[in-house]
Amino acid sequence: MIEVDKLSKYYGERAAIRDLSFSIAKGEVVGFLGLNGAGKTTTLRILGCLLLPTSGSVRLDDLEVTHHPYEIRRRIGFLPDVPPLYPEMTVGSYLAFAARLRRVPNRDTAARVAEAEDKTALRDMHNEIIGELSHGYRQRVGLAQAIVHKPAVLILDEPSSGLDPAQIVEMRNLLNGLRGEHTVLLSSHFLSEISQTCDRLLIIHNGQLVGQGSESELASSMGQSGNTLEAEIGGQSPDLANRLLEISAIRQAKARPTADGTTVFDIVANADVRAEVARLLVGAGCDLLRLERGESRLESIFMNLTQRPPGGAP
Amino acid sequence: MTATWLIARRELSAYLRTMGGYVVAAAVLFVNGILFNAFALGADHSRLSTEVLSQFFYLCSGTIMTASVFLSMRLLAEERQMGTMVLLASSPVRERDIVLGKFLSALLFLALMTVAGVFMPLLILVNGKLSVGHVAAGYLGLFLLGSASLAIGILASALARTQLLAAILSGGMVVGMILLYPLGSLTERPLSEVLFSLGIWHKHFPPFQAGIIHLRDVVYYLAVTYFALFLSMRVLEARRWR
Repeated sequence: MIEVDKLSKYYGERAAIRDLSFSIAKGEVVGFLGLNGAGKTTTLRILGCLLLPTSGSVRLDDLEVTHHPYEIRRRIGFLPDVPPLYPEMTVGSYLAFAARLRRVPNRDTAARVAEAEDKTALRDMHNEIIGELSHGYRQRVGLAQAIVHKPAVLILDEPSSGLDPAQIVEMRNLLNGLRGEHTVLLSSHFLSEISQTCDRLLIIHNGQLVGQGSESELASSMGQSGNTLEAEIGGQSPDLANRLLEISAIRQAKARPTADGTTVFDIVANADVRAEVARLLVGAGCDLLRLERGESRLESIFMNLTQRPPGGAP
Repeated sequence: MTATWLIARRELSAYLRTMGGYVVAAAVLFVNGILFNAFALGADHSRLSTEVLSQFFYLCSGTIMTASVFLSMRLLAEERQMGTMVLLASSPVRERDIVLGKFLSALLFLALMTVAGVFMPLLILVNGKLSVGHVAAGYLGLFLLGSASLAIGILASALARTQLLAAILSGGMVVGMILLYPLGSLTERPLSEVLFSLGIWHKHFPPFQAGIIHLRDVVYYLAVTYFALFLSMRVLEARRWR
């Protein structure tokens, strides 16, 4: 569906992205991850036909962005990090304007607007002035304008930016609701959002792609497959690390004494072994103070990939 | 409905839904009224109706150029400032549609505003006579001058990052084009002739003011409008490379 080949964009002498190559199949939901300034927005803007690349090619359904920008724009819904909203318009008139801009026929406009409002839970806001809406609702209007013409591809740049935790969950549900109808490329700083929403990840660092694949594929390629756990017990019992290794699914267990006189075990296992660990530690007569999942796997993958020098093997 | 007209309609409704448009219209009508009363009608009752009418168009030419600067400053710079340009730029519309749509909306608003002041020349009928041809020529001149000034304003709005900068740049360009004529009088021929011809006011507007329509003046204003709009489109296209 989308084929990106050796895509580069230079701002003067500085390369924002260099030789990016990836492809996205129809119906996939792909997460685009990277630190600030990594080149995510530049890439998304090129895919959205807002910016022209310095070299390389981007093809959508075999149409090249530089040669067929108008055809491609009809097939794309784009939500930038700041939703492009006219504050003096009502939600309904704004969405109708966006639909007409994307060549939705006059007779279908009202139905498409209603559909987009339903999907983004904006039906009750149809006659509200955009300038008077909360940030969360504005973000939804931004998403609604991106889907109002039923594009084949949705490009979403930080759709949860600036939202509170409840709104982030709502946005995640909205995004999950779009699955199946669109091919989605989504950038976000919220790793949990990406982890729970996307089928596949593209990780970009200093303008270069440093990793791509599903979370499990990336983890196994980095030797990080498995679950991480942290268990804290009262007292100093570092020898229990060896006992923990007797649990077959545990690959690694390290004891770490703390200043409070407790011991923390950092455990890496091939499966969820919380129950076995709890039984073993309690059975050994320890006071089990805490047992929780360690740092998220995606967080660990992301930190690993974005702290390597660019060009290093993923 | 074409994309040009779609954008023009939205923009025109933005003028009518927000304070900005009304403030400019009210200020123009107020200033025109005061100036007309003070200078065109004046205390000298011996003047001919045609002189009063000519004076009215002379006064309006200044306010229409000023209004054009304020109406056009927001057209593209505000879209960029607020991030709404992305909506247009990611839609299947051409730069031509964006620039023409914006221009048409501002021109329509300017025309509405100018026509709203038509009661002033009609006041001449109280004590004098009115030549319909003179009125039509004067309004055509105002329309063409406004069109050229707006197009220059749109170019400034395409170049500038903020509305304030756009207003300063557009004001500077319009004043610069007015000053080409006085500058011409300081130079030798043939440069002076070129500068006289390029000036936006001294050579090309007074005939309209006097009720005379010269094809060369009409062509001049249309050419300035076309050239400024063409450059604006090119500026927008060039932004895709940045």
